[in-house]
Amino acid sequence: MSMRHIASLIAVAASLALPVLAAPVAIVGGNVWTGTSEGTIPSGIVVIDKGRVVSVSKAGSPVPMEATVIDASGKWVSPGFISAFSRTGIVEVDAEDATDDTSASGSDYSVALDAADGFNPDSTAVAVTRVEGVTRIVVAPEASSNLFAGQGFVADTSGDVDTEILRKAFLLISLGDHGAALAGGSRPAAWAQFRAALDDAGAYPARYFTSNDGTALGRVDAEALGPAARGEQLILIEAHKASDLNAIMDFAAANPDLKIAIVGADEGWRVAPRLARSGIPVIVDAFSNLPASFEQLGATAENASRMMEAGVTVAISHLGDSSHQARLAIQVAGNAVANGMSHDDAMKALTTAPAAIFGLQGLGVIGPGARADIVVWDGDPLEITSNPDVVIIDGDVQSLKTRQTELRDRYLKLDEHNRPLAYVKP
Amino acid sequence: MQMNRISLAGLSCLALILAACGGTDKADSKDKITVPKDPFPSTYAPYPNPSVFISNATIIDGTGALIENGSLLIENGKVSAIGKDLTAPGDAKVIDAAGRWVTPGIVDNHSHLGVYPSPGVSAHGDGNEISGPVTAEVWSEHGIWPQDPGFTRALAGGVTALQVLPGSANLFGGRGVTLKNVPSRTVQGMKFPGAPYTLKMACGENPKRVYGYGGGKYPGGTPYSRMGNVAGYRTAWIQAADYKRKWEKYEKEGGDAPMRDLELDTLKGVLDGDILVHMHCYRADEIAQVMDISKEFGYKVTSFHHAVEAYKIADKLAEYGACSSMWADWWGFKMEAYDGIKENIPMVHQAGACAIVHSDSDIGIQRLNQEAAKAWADGRKIGINIPEEEAWQWLSLNPAKSLGIDGKTGSLVPGKMADVVVWSGNPFSVYTKADQVFVDGALMYDRSDAANRPVMDFELGQPGEGDLK
Repeated sequence: MSMRHIASLIAVAASLALPVLAAPVAIVGGNVWTGTSEGTIPSGIVVIDKGRVVSVSKAGSPVPMEATVIDASGKWVSPGFISAFSRTGIVEVDAEDATDDTSASGSDYSVALDAADGFNPDSTAVAVTRVEGVTRIVVAPEASSNLFAGQGFVADTSGDVDTEILRKAFLLISLGDHGAALAGGSRPAAWAQFRAALDDAGAYPARYFTSNDGTALGRVDAEALGPAARGEQLILIEAHKASDLNAIMDFAAANPDLKIAIVGADEGWRVAPRLARSGIPVIVDAFSNLPASFEQLGATAENASRMMEAGVTVAISHLGDSSHQARLAIQVAGNAVANGMSHDDAMKALTTAPAAIFGLQGLGVIGPGARADIVVWDGDPLEITSNPDVVIIDGDVQSLKTRQTELRDRYLKLDEHNRPLAYVKP
Repeated sequence: MQMNRISLAGLSCLALILAACGGTDKADSKDKITVPKDPFPSTYAPYPNPSVFISNATIIDGTGALIENGSLLIENGKVSAIGKDLTAPGDAKVIDAAGRWVTPGIVDNHSHLGVYPSPGVSAHGDGNEISGPVTAEVWSEHGIWPQDPGFTRALAGGVTALQVLPGSANLFGGRGVTLKNVPSRTVQGMKFPGAPYTLKMACGENPKRVYGYGGGKYPGGTPYSRMGNVAGYRTAWIQAADYKRKWEKYEKEGGDAPMRDLELDTLKGVLDGDILVHMHCYRADEIAQVMDISKEFGYKVTSFHHAVEAYKIADKLAEYGACSSMWADWWGFKMEAYDGIKENIPMVHQAGACAIVHSDSDIGIQRLNQEAAKAWADGRKIGINIPEEEAWQWLSLNPAKSLGIDGKTGSLVPGKMADVVVWSGNPFSVYTKADQVFVDGALMYDRSDAANRPVMDFELGQPGEGDLK
């Protein structure tokens, strides 16, 4: 058996150019959390080839002769995590407007704003997120001119400038306090705007033959709302308060063809059984446990676990700083475990749940045929003291170098006796 | 009128009994105007604190030592004994902490709880007097709403003392205050007895953005630039030095008392060494310049806050002797936070400088142990091996030092306040929670007993009242 050592692979990972590995890769000996009915396989063997998982098997199973072997003994192996809600890659520095493509309060458009048009794979936050074991990011624009934020997308965190982007994966709208303010000042105004906009989408293109204006939306936005209005596109709704969640479920019941998910849902636990019956999934931040506003009075760190317990599909994200700190979704998930969720469910909240919500086929699991987004961890992935040792996206071993690691390495030794540190190039 | 009377008194003093002037036991000195140092005195007293004996615990003592299978005796609100082979006095309540860990209470030296409370409604935004770039006259304690539910969440995270600071819009933001994390009807009922006052200052982007670029939203004008920031600090210190001289002259020679100035009272307090400077400063080069400013005017910065680039000048920070109050991993939200790295805290520690984990957040303050754990692990990953028990100094003793209360709390040394947390396991794990939190030996929080979980007024009669948070 030609077993090359992990060192060669690390060397590949460290180099700047990362070729697609021609040969299969076998990740051997790790505690493999599959996200499938196989559960967790101790000392498992994961074989990947041509960007896909070929096999997942128990210890002692044969490893292909030609495979490059990654020794994962004593380590954990998980699917690459999915940031279920983020702004990673569409803003470089929040306080510098020119680098911020999250929102456009001065735009004439809203529904049609496509966040993917602002995605920059070179954004330093993309690599910073990748090296924490997050291989896919769901990226949303931010509502600013009315309750419609616009079109969100899903990308990988490879940082490849020509990487494939799943555009228009969902439409984000804000209800609750935020949406009410944007729609004119009240929740009734927000709902009126939403319903009128759906009417406009339904009347498109006929009513726009003679005018660019609809009841709520202009021609371009009405057209952009079409897929969501026809139930072909997920509508992700930002809301927290129990009464707002009920209003969304009433709306969903009256419009059974629409695909709806909720982000935020801090009071979701109060209406969890109905959410479960409605089949409406939620994306939550399990850090949120303060009455930060009057729509979050019932917030508790047990929200995620209570909803999961009730049968709701729950994805966990870090909504606090979702551009640069989307990576903290993993810490949030660990805290969900500390507040009642099972470890397995918390892992699902970072993998299978977001994959299900956004229809990401073959992601969030390690199973035959799955896309090979895989992370090898130096410990339990949810533990805050753990870090990834190997990150693989679509079968390619990724660099673990970031602008941050270069800064770190430059300043590890503060010795400028001979030359300024600007000559230290990590 | 009053000034005239004082003036006459001073004259008569000079003319008649010169030797007695400035004395302490003459009628003249009673008439002298003094600046009250503690006009809002603490009314906090420890709550009933029956003796507690915590046994079979893994104890981080806060000074850098780890005691396996150790015991801790709390008597009269103080740490009474700590060690391996202790026996429980008959009257002590025994807590068997087998499998659990015990640490000093966490001290957060950068919080805005109470001044930016929950709910974050506009009526509650009392954390920053943005009306001018120099507002050393304001005191954070006058903006604190003691009913902020955030205090209870911080308590559940093992925080037993905290510094509440004004915000960072201003060059001089005002006085900070150190609190015991106990619920109270009044701010005075939370004030840490004997803790010195602090002064919040700020470097960099915030002051120049708020004032220079305020666009009419706030009072415009200086500072427009980092140059203006530094000129603003120096101008204020020149005024403070003059004010200090006037008071010293008056105290020594009598005569007309200087007109009191609230702003300069605070700055003079810094120059007198009574008030500790806590300075919001991200960039390494700015920190280095602030060090020089402090030398020019004869004060010291106790801690640089946020200090996202502290790792670039950790050697200079060690030499100067200031602490750095840092996040584990915040970065990127503005240019001066762009060079944030995950290893900042361990790199500062390794250089021999004083490292502190701070929150600046009502969410972060609830899990400062996790923030320390992340930084500790990220250091370990690059070969900076710091024992957990040493790293705990980032959470308790070092912040206590930065607040001038390390003689009273921050470590489990006999005689110190029994500010103690019993953790469900290793506090460097994400799965660990604070089981019990003692402040001065009084059980103020018990995760498993609703009777020992405080609920603030605001949460009464609201959804989720009394819930596990």
